Amino acid sequence: MEGTDRVFERLVRDHQDRIYALGFALTGNRHDAEDVAQDTFVRAYRALATYPPERIRDLKQRAWLHRIAVNVVRNRVRGVRPRLVELNGSEPDPRTGPEEDVLRKAEMDEFAARVACLPARYREAVVLRHVQELSYAEMADALGQPVGTVKSNVHRGLQMLRGENHGDRDD
Amino acid sequence: MATVMIDLQRLGDVKAPAGFADRVLAQVGMADSYAKFETVLGPVYVAWNRLGVSAAMRSKSAAEFEEWFRKDIGRQLVRVEPPHDLAAKIEDQLEGKRRMRFDLRGLTPFSQAVLRKTLEIPRGQVRPYGWIAREIGHPAAVRAVGTALANNPIPYFIPCHRVIRTDGIIGNYGGGGPEAKAKILTLEGVELKRLQELARSGMRYEGVRSTKIFCFPTCYHGRRVKQGNFVFFHDETEARAAGYRPCKDCRPAVA
Repeated sequence: MEGTDRVFERLVRDHQDRIYALGFALTGNRHDAEDVAQDTFVRAYRALATYPPERIRDLKQRAWLHRIAVNVVRNRVRGVRPRLVELNGSEPDPRTGPEEDVLRKAEMDEFAARVACLPARYREAVVLRHVQELSYAEMADALGQPVGTVKSNVHRGLQMLRGENHGDRDD
Repeated sequence: MATVMIDLQRLGDVKAPAGFADRVLAQVGMADSYAKFETVLGPVYVAWNRLGVSAAMRSKSAAEFEEWFRKDIGRQLVRVEPPHDLAAKIEDQLEGKRRMRFDLRGLTPFSQAVLRKTLEIPRGQVRPYGWIAREIGHPAAVRAVGTALANNPIPYFIPCHRVIRTDGIIGNYGGGGPEAKAKILTLEGVELKRLQELARSGMRYEGVRSTKIFCFPTCYHGRRVKQGNFVFFHDETEARAAGYRPCKDCRPAVA
């Protein structure tokens, strides 16, 4: 048990930024991003507790966490359209430093909200590919879809983001 | 065309907010949460986790509490907004209306036994250190009991203030010195003056003439007895010689 706790602490510290960014890109706002990221790690912790040591050792942590996070988002937004752009959306983040100054942050929030407006299947594909930079094989695994489907969803999602066929929501 | 790709990449550089990892660790129970509560005893910092309350201290500041906790308990600690019902539960616990759960991991089995036994002392009553030692099966370890109680990580909740010296001297108290200990006992309804007068004259037990039972002077069973019906004893031998048996509730001696 002690060992699992240590593995988990490493896991959280190593992947917190990635999983938070994923939540942000998928939900479009920082509040939901934190909820998603927290839920993801809590589920990961419960799962780890039931895994034998070999399985924990061989775990491909990144792909595994992405799969959990995608499912967390799918479950929470099932039947609900993501919120459209919030005016003055998110709460202040105490960690605004030189990296993420206020203006840039507002731009990010706006862009994230735009991504969040994509229909789920295109959003997931674009985000995993171009925000999280997963391989197509990892994506297929995380999304539970064939590689061909994933590729075409990425392509379609990008088109929508670029304003080609914008507003097309025939899913 | 390229800006969308750049924006997407930037989205991937977003960082988790400060303290995020600690909040996750607290949520799965690997770090303890804490908050400051206003109680009958004044402001108290209380830490808890999924096993129960793990620490309490009347620290001067959050920083002081955190430092003490990390040093003494050795786990991570995260300040949080307490669950809405926790303040009421703490109030009930301190007023003796509730029994909370406690996390005593990390303490030696001996210390745990001492603290669990201390939890059995009812509000308004006191016991000597030697009583705890005997009740947990280490009758000679009176000093060790004192040490375990002095290092009680959850004072007020685990009422180490209800353990006092046989000679009636209040004794040391980690939660704010002897005066604080006397104040809490008075608040709980202990008649300290009577207790100390008895102790000064060397009387450790009170017997009731009608029942021929002897008790500790703060025992519940003595509350409705008229002063004239009491008889006092220096020790167990004297009480037994007079035909008295020990009370089965406060257990001043092995029955």
